[in-house]
Amino acid sequence: MTELADLEQSLMTRVADAGDEQQIEAVRVAVLGKKGVITEKLKSLGSMSADERKTAGPAINTLKRRITDAIAARKAELRQAAIADRLASETVDITLPVRVSPAERGRIHPISQVIDEITAIFADMGFAVAEGPDIETDYYNFTALNFPEGHPAREMHDTFFFPPDSEGKRKLLRTHTSPVQIHTMEAQKPPIRIVIPGKTYRQDSDATHSPMFHQLEGLVIDKSANVANMKWVLQEFCKSFFEVPSLNMRFRPSFFPFTEPSLEVDIQCDRSKPGEVRFGEGNDWMEILGCGMVHPNVLRSSGLDPDEYQGFAWGMGIDRIAMLKYGMPDLRDFFDADVRWIDHYGFRPLDIPTLFAGLSG
Amino acid sequence: MKFTLSWLKDHLETDATLNRIVETLTMIGLEVEAVDDKAAFRPFTIARVVSAEPHPDADKLQILKVDAGPDCNNGAPVQVVCGAPNARTGLIGAFAAPGTYVPGIDITLGAASIRGVESFGMMCSERELQMSDNHEGIIDLPDDAPVGTSFAAYAGLDDPVIEIGLTPNRPDCTGVSGIARDLAAAGLGRLKSGAVEAVSDEGDCPVDVRLEAPELCPGFALRLVRDVRNGPSPAWMQQRLMAIGMRPINALVDITNYVTFDRGRPLHVFDARKVEGNLVVRRALEGEELLALDGRDYQLGPDNCVIADDRGVESIAGIIGGAHTGCDETTTDVLIESALWDPMNVARSGRDLGIITDARYRFERGVDPEFMVPGLDLATHLVTELCGGSPTKAQVVLGTPTATDGTIVGSTGHHFREVDFPLAETRRLTGLDVGREASIAILGRLGFAPRTTDNANSTDAAASESVRFIVPSWRPDVEGKADLVEEVMRIHGVNEIAPVPLPSQGSVGTRILTTLQIRSRLARRALAARGMAEAVTWSFIPHAHAKAFGGGKPALALSNPISADMSDMRPSLLPGLLAAAGRNADRGFGDVAMFEVAGTYESDNADGQRRVAGGIRRGTATLTGSGRDWNAPGETVGVFDAKADAFAALEACGAPVGRLQVTRDAPDWYHPGRSGAIKLGPKAVLGYFGEFHPAALEALDVTGPLCGFEIFIDAIPEPRRKATRTKPVLSLSPFQAVRRDFAFVVGTETAAGDIVRAAAGADKQMVSDVKVFDIFEGESLGTGRKSVAIEVTLQPRDRTLTDEDLDRISAAIVGSVEKATGGTLRN
Repeated sequence: MTELADLEQSLMTRVADAGDEQQIEAVRVAVLGKKGVITEKLKSLGSMSADERKTAGPAINTLKRRITDAIAARKAELRQAAIADRLASETVDITLPVRVSPAERGRIHPISQVIDEITAIFADMGFAVAEGPDIETDYYNFTALNFPEGHPAREMHDTFFFPPDSEGKRKLLRTHTSPVQIHTMEAQKPPIRIVIPGKTYRQDSDATHSPMFHQLEGLVIDKSANVANMKWVLQEFCKSFFEVPSLNMRFRPSFFPFTEPSLEVDIQCDRSKPGEVRFGEGNDWMEILGCGMVHPNVLRSSGLDPDEYQGFAWGMGIDRIAMLKYGMPDLRDFFDADVRWIDHYGFRPLDIPTLFAGLSG
Repeated sequence: MKFTLSWLKDHLETDATLNRIVETLTMIGLEVEAVDDKAAFRPFTIARVVSAEPHPDADKLQILKVDAGPDCNNGAPVQVVCGAPNARTGLIGAFAAPGTYVPGIDITLGAASIRGVESFGMMCSERELQMSDNHEGIIDLPDDAPVGTSFAAYAGLDDPVIEIGLTPNRPDCTGVSGIARDLAAAGLGRLKSGAVEAVSDEGDCPVDVRLEAPELCPGFALRLVRDVRNGPSPAWMQQRLMAIGMRPINALVDITNYVTFDRGRPLHVFDARKVEGNLVVRRALEGEELLALDGRDYQLGPDNCVIADDRGVESIAGIIGGAHTGCDETTTDVLIESALWDPMNVARSGRDLGIITDARYRFERGVDPEFMVPGLDLATHLVTELCGGSPTKAQVVLGTPTATDGTIVGSTGHHFREVDFPLAETRRLTGLDVGREASIAILGRLGFAPRTTDNANSTDAAASESVRFIVPSWRPDVEGKADLVEEVMRIHGVNEIAPVPLPSQGSVGTRILTTLQIRSRLARRALAARGMAEAVTWSFIPHAHAKAFGGGKPALALSNPISADMSDMRPSLLPGLLAAAGRNADRGFGDVAMFEVAGTYESDNADGQRRVAGGIRRGTATLTGSGRDWNAPGETVGVFDAKADAFAALEACGAPVGRLQVTRDAPDWYHPGRSGAIKLGPKAVLGYFGEFHPAALEALDVTGPLCGFEIFIDAIPEPRRKATRTKPVLSLSPFQAVRRDFAFVVGTETAAGDIVRAAAGADKQMVSDVKVFDIFEGESLGTGRKSVAIEVTLQPRDRTLTDEDLDRISAAIVGSVEKATGGTLRN
């Protein structure tokens, strides 16, 4: 039996000495393979006497089991070690930076974002969004809107004109989004509830005036819309847009050729902190829009009977309300395409304004 | 329009505070833009110099002891060092204690030591108190001036000044009396009568007036006042004029300015002895000139209406007088003119000549025709009061013949407008319930009179629902019932209107945007999500830029651009974006990716305005990021970056990208070998992409690696509206897809797209995808050859593919590609 004990000892040493998975596999083949030491031993049982077999059989099988277990254990050990080695060799410097995803880098211009905000609010009040061309005729920009002949706005000082055509008529760049009022009323029977965002142009250039700017026009025409409704719409809009629970607004009588009565609207705000405007508090009144009941002559121009239909319209500067809400100091920067400005004042592409998630999140 | 509180009170009897007046003005439509309550003048006290002794160390200085009354320094005299030559014992003047802000020199006083002598305040000059330019000496008041009381109150410096921003429809409020009328109507007091007594005159005006341009001059009134003494106007008049920013000149001129602001009635005075012969109102002759009262020479023509005498033009009608016949201290006989002018002509002449005057401001808005002669009389009274003299009768000439159409005709031929006013109109348009009596009362206070009294008081139902009002002559803006609604609303109070919700539509809202609007939004968000920054650039660009990008048509060039580099409507978004990239590069930001979704202009018609999404990338600003990175190659941008952007935008807009073709015919501002056109069918161009032609970049003066694209959102066909939102049934094949690689050797000119299309078309049922995964050119292939390797995915539907199937399909693919391209399968 010492023979088996010696064998076991020498086999165990070989198992323990195996340094990697390949070596332990070689040991396994040498011991348990077809020609393996223990396999040979088991084969030798056949030539033994029954008695010899009785003792040698269990002894060899026990040895086989032990060695098999030892090999399996060593194998597992070596695999663990191998995995650990591989993983160690695969280690990288995880402090290396990754790039910002494009959707985080990209920016939506404040004007587009604010138009989306406006759209979200007015959609909730049942308004549609209308548009019209930048290049207009004198008729749609002035005459149909009740601007008298000789009105100063019709002069080259205020309005951009194109060269006269063969009939001597000159097209112009619309000075307001109001021509779309006429286009809409011509194309569609009341009731009408539309807002009209768009580019407008005037011969003007300084820190608060730009030769190109953006206006939001609103128009409601039906058989009952009045100043009281207009006050409600504009108050609700301003509250929602500036995202404040309450807002003091002041409606002052004013004058526009295309509305009668006409009003200008101021909102109360606090401008005591430089670079910051707070609404719903403070001692300043800031003018933000003009509005009024659509002038009977404008309704007539659009083919509507002013004794049957009535309604209101308003206009405000999109750039201006964007500046008020988000704090850009200078209108001219809006059109300079300075990537630093767009990056700072712009919005992430997935920040889509909705009422259910809050306009600005 | 500026005025002072005391001036207002000449016309308005009121106890209202300044604050209430200011608030009311704004809320009735006369927006207050500025109020100077003159608080700055309150600290100045009338004080007597008790003693004046020479300064020990300065020849020109004196040490004064000043008594400023019991409230100052506990009644003890104050020591003041003073350099005024007229400072002397017994002088009474205006004293400012330390801590007082002195407006004329913009300094807040402190106690000071002047050449070793302490001084506790100062005695002020007129200039220091902004009363005049006089700085010769300190203010020297009469002996009866009350020492210890407010100097501002004594000198009338405490009169608050109010400035309103007048809307162009309110000429009546270009005079203080009109503003008072509005305030009285709003319940702030009682309007005092502005009636002018007739002038006791004698003899006819010796100067005749002839109207040669009656269409420009509805009326002209003229009177001569003989033997006047012209000198400075009285202090009260000077003070008021200075308070509103006018410089007093002499009594005759000041009177015309005073009446201009008091009543909104501009006047002109001629020195009668400088007028030769009679006056004629006519259009100027081409080339006539006038040296005007502002010292400038004006070139006139037939568009300008003038008043001329035998010598020539003496005044530009309604705008400015001539220097030659102007009144000065030597004037003894004065011709006073009160006329009516065509508002449009005055406006145009004033604009063309570049003259802004208080007369023009009023005439172009419309001056009250009924006040033409009273205005002349008012001025005559002031002249005889302040300068003496004896007036002749007025000569009045009317330009417009009076027609009889049932309307009431005024004294100058003006037709009084009449407006039928259904009283319910106020509620209809504003929601306000004002009531019949209150409405009539408001309009009455504003000067609107019911046509007949029995109409206004009638018990007849129809008549009581509507009242016919005569519009006062000073309100040319009121034309119809909506105007009267505004009058009632603004006087009753806009604040009385409670907001009322718009009626709800009664259902959940539906889609409100047009397809174009939706696509524009989607294109924006998709491009921004590709790391690009949205820009908004000018619609007008330099002519050279427009020309380099297919524009520059004369019809799209502005006649009056704001500057030469904003002259032409853009034919493309690219020049603006490229120029912006150049500006950013100049600032040190060379790797930029920007886009814009906006209009471009092909013609001046509405359908010539396209809706375009365009973008550019510069430097290394690729999709993954810009600049160098340890993990990225940092390559510069190129045609395929632009192509990817263009397709992403098209896909976001819902274009059928699978059916689009890419051809080589991009416009010539693109690199001819590195650009393409994206088409849906042979005609419908949906966009272009590529790198740029050096000539185009040179025209824009930009450099660097650049690529860009434009897609025409309005050219993408409208999607078919389907009856159901249900998506097509998902059919997944249970059989495994097989991928096979092929490499073809073709001519270098051969388009990979043709190979892909040929492979895909070889067996449309089976081939589900074709990818190009390698392009190789090398000597082994021979010159002018390249190898294009494709991976073809085969998706069986009804059974697993056998080797025979694969051989058959492979042969079909090879055959199809070889036939289409003339290439061969690479071994």
